[in-house]
Parts: sequence; C-alpha cells; structure tokens
Amino acid sequence: MTSTAPLRILLFAGVRDAAGCDVANVTVDDPVTAAKVIETVAAQIPAAAPLIGVSRLAVDGQYVAPDHVIDCSDVELALIPPVSGG
Amino acid sequence: MIFIRLVQTPIELVDWSSKIDDPDTGAHAWFAGVTRRKTTTASGAVRITKTLHYQAHQSMAEAQLRQLAEQAKQRYSLAAVVIVHRLGEVPIGQASVLVGCSSAHRSDAFAALPWIMDRLKADVPIWKRETYMDESTEWIHP
Repeated sequence: MTSTAPLRILLFAGVRDAAGCDVANVTVDDPVTAAKVIETVAAQIPAAAPLIGVSRLAVDGQYVAPDHVIDCSDVELALIPPVSGG
Repeated sequence: MIFIRLVQTPIELVDWSSKIDDPDTGAHAWFAGVTRRKTTTASGAVRITKTLHYQAHQSMAEAQLRQLAEQAKQRYSLAAVVIVHRLGEVPIGQASVLVGCSSAHRSDAFAALPWIMDRLKADVPIWKRETYMDESTEWIHP
C-alpha cells in the first residue's frame, strides 16, 4: 500500500527563472523514484518541461540514478539542469 | 593540500599561487577560465556578451569540487590542488574559474588541468547566464 508525501525541491538557473521561485513543492507517492520526482516537477512547471526533462536529481548533494528511491523523510532534493560553470 | 573556494570577488592568481607550494614538487600548473565577449553559435551567428552572471548550488558545488580535487590528486599524484570559482556578476575579461596544481614532474600537473576542467564543466552545479549587448539574457544549459 502506498501513501503520499510532500517534497520540497530546490530549483536553479533556467528552471528557477521559469518557475519564478527557487523551490518546487510537490506531492508524490511514497516511495517514489527520482525519475518520477523529475516528471512531477515538469508537470508543475510546464514552461520549463524540456529543460527539466534533461535535468538530474541530487539527494543531499549527490547525483542519483533515475531509479533511485527517494526517502521522503529527511533529504534535501535539488533539480540540477545541465551545468555551465567554468 | 586541497583548497576549494566559491568567491564573489575578482580572482587574482597572486592570492592563490602559494597554496600549491611544496618543496618536493617541480611543476606548478595553472588554468584560468576567463569570460569571453564573442560567441559564435552553431548556425554561425555571432553574439556579443555584455556581462556574465554565475549561480551555484553552493554546498553541493563545494562538495563536488572537493571530490574532484581529491580524485585528481590521487589519479595524478598531485601534492596540492586549488579550485576557485567566482559567482555573481563577472565582467568580460575576468577570471570565472582558477585551477592550480603541483606535482613532482610536469606531465602530471599538465594532464590534471584538462581532466579537472572537463569534469567541472560536466558535473559541478554552477550555471552561467549571459547578458548580451541588446540586454537579452540566457541561461546556458549545454
């Protein structure tokens, strides 16, 4: 049996600008995969959906694979669009 | 030794050069990435940049840079690694990133710089936003 959980996801760069805020708050099934979290954020910010589709999810400062199962209770989630430092 | 810094002020090599000193090294190598005025797009159009702005997920970027420096130190037998990245507004012609390393012989220090920069540009959560001469802006997401 699954329940739902609220998640808070940090946004950056083009995604942040498209959303008009630096955090996305979404409700997801618990447990949930990283890929599903990204899909949920894309649905909430359609203006940035293509960019979100090529973004990666980071959990507590580390990139995770699309099939990584998120622990909804105690993590910092960040949506990382393609980077351009340097 | 490893020094990782995200800074909001101009990066001057002189401030960092002694950080990689080590009496057992014979090579000190540095790379500075500098903000460029002219960009030629894939279609051949030329865009002129007025200024750049850098944003980061700071805690993650610092952790990723430290990881990267530690990997480079081990892979290339480096004595020391410095990585400094500037955030916020960076006017044209100024350094946005500085990477330095020292090793016993030059081949390792030379090889480490592109290895570090390639990974920094692929994985470290830092983004640049171009402001062009016509005041339009664009986040760069390659």
